[in-house]
Amino acid sequence: MTFRLTTALAVILGLASPAVAQDKILNVSYDVARELFAEINPVFAEKWQADTGRTVTIDQSHGGSSKQARAILEGLPADVVTFNQVTDIDVLAEGGLLEEDWREAFPNDASPFYSLPAFLVREGNPKGIEDWDDLAAEGVQVIFPNPKTSGNARYTYLAAYAYALDQNGGDQEAAQEFVKKIFANVPVFDTGGRAATATFAERNIGDVLITFEAETGGIAAQYADAKFERVAPSLSVLAEFPVAVVTENAEKNGSAEVSKAYLDYLYTPEAQRILAKHYYRVNDETVAAEVAADFPEVKLVTVEDVFGGWEQAQEQHFAEGGILDSVFVNQ
Amino acid sequence: MRAASTPGALAPREDRTAQYVLIGLAFLGTAFIVAVPLAYIFWRALSDGVAAFAANIIAPDTLHAIWLTSVVALITVPVNIVIGLSAAWLIARFTFPGRKLLLTIIELPFSISPIIAGVCYLLLYGRQGLLGPTLGAADIQILFALPGIVLVTLFVTAPFVTREVLPLMQAQGSEQEQAALTLGATGFQIFRLVTLPNIRWALLYGAVLATARAVGEFGAVSVVSGSIRGQTNTLPLQIELLFNDLNIVGAFAAASTLTLIALIVLIVKTVIEGRVGREE
Repeated sequence: MTFRLTTALAVILGLASPAVAQDKILNVSYDVARELFAEINPVFAEKWQADTGRTVTIDQSHGGSSKQARAILEGLPADVVTFNQVTDIDVLAEGGLLEEDWREAFPNDASPFYSLPAFLVREGNPKGIEDWDDLAAEGVQVIFPNPKTSGNARYTYLAAYAYALDQNGGDQEAAQEFVKKIFANVPVFDTGGRAATATFAERNIGDVLITFEAETGGIAAQYADAKFERVAPSLSVLAEFPVAVVTENAEKNGSAEVSKAYLDYLYTPEAQRILAKHYYRVNDETVAAEVAADFPEVKLVTVEDVFGGWEQAQEQHFAEGGILDSVFVNQ
Repeated sequence: MRAASTPGALAPREDRTAQYVLIGLAFLGTAFIVAVPLAYIFWRALSDGVAAFAANIIAPDTLHAIWLTSVVALITVPVNIVIGLSAAWLIARFTFPGRKLLLTIIELPFSISPIIAGVCYLLLYGRQGLLGPTLGAADIQILFALPGIVLVTLFVTAPFVTREVLPLMQAQGSEQEQAALTLGATGFQIFRLVTLPNIRWALLYGAVLATARAVGEFGAVSVVSGSIRGQTNTLPLQIELLFNDLNIVGAFAAASTLTLIALIVLIVKTVIEGRVGREE
């Protein structure tokens, strides 16, 4: 009896005591980052316990980043967000959930890692695809999703456009003509990145898939038998992966401190190494030098510099009757 | 020439050829539209071997999704039985103003897309919604937690029990119940000894259909779930997430589990269907 009582007491105390020093955060993230954070979270938890003596549980929610932003606005209790679109965090700022100047809260405009539209080609690169020019050539089949529905494809469109501007001394008409040629080489426009991946890898359609460089690595690993090869173009558009503490929720949940520490941790060499392993590019100089062989040098331009920001790009290119509609003839 | 001499004998034989062709086409069509894709799920799920399949099923997040889906079904189906039965009884046994309207409202979820159900609840219970500020002040979490998932599942499964029980109750009439009443039975006795035995198979049939729907619902749940892994992901959502993670074997393993549940429900449904047919 005494034994049972002590056991019961030990169980109750065991359950109760960590509650005092137990931290908990919900990281609401974009669609395909599960494996990345599955690897980062335990390492952070260990470090947090070593530094503070407290344990931390990190819950993850993944989905399209606009859908996730919507859910947070409606009450999904996210402590931190790790998104792939700056505009989706701006929406949260507009909703009063975090500060307007959230991009100043962390280094590199609150983007601890980045990527860019790049290519994945079939084994041996039979069509010799090295740069955007090769995508406009006759007889090349190009796969990327529909820019009307996919943020990923919008990056692809802007990168091809920026490349053509760069080659033609900023001639808008030449750029439109160039992008039109690439679009004419796309046999099917899927609605999202994953569907386009399936078209290329499972249905064996197309000579080249265009998606984020970080994705090309994962796809090549998943379909190792197909021996796809990653190709980086000479010029591309910087794709940021912004992060922020959802201040209102974090303060309510008493998790402000651990939330900030979690996002700070993403900038440490330890985390940056994990990020590079998942084919994201990182800013930490030491780590970037270590993994330089995996990341060919690419001239990066920003949406702000070339297109005047997302809002203006939306208006000029993607809105009904915009430039996209005039090059998108085979939709 | 021979055909002209015996037209009567040949005509049925021609019919039979057409029959066989049509039957063959029906089987072929069903095979490619339904059977082959479903068989493919199991084939892909087992493509990396049984061990990989089992490991994917007992992955904590998938296991939790199976558990959550079961909990949602275990809550929504009994609630559906009670409410559906009450509504059917009310509509079958009484005439009152608004009777037709009540029936129409109960059947509404049949014709409304599940995504609308999800969005409605978002607009009602969301932080920016009608009840949002009140719920927020009281610190009650409805959306992105179990209550929200249960509510939208109730919405999409609401018509099933009433829809199955009502026609039977109307066809049987209330003579037996009135006879019991004149013999001095209490209300509960009438329900337990007369009403329930008459409709039990139809009731069960409705409950089975509601279960199938509750277990399989994706659209409405997707809107209100918040997709927190290991917490608010139901099995259909988990399948989508695994698929998006490029975890093909995991996605197909989870999908085959859901398919297996559906097949069991189908068998139960077929058995009950026979019973319902005999009672009618």
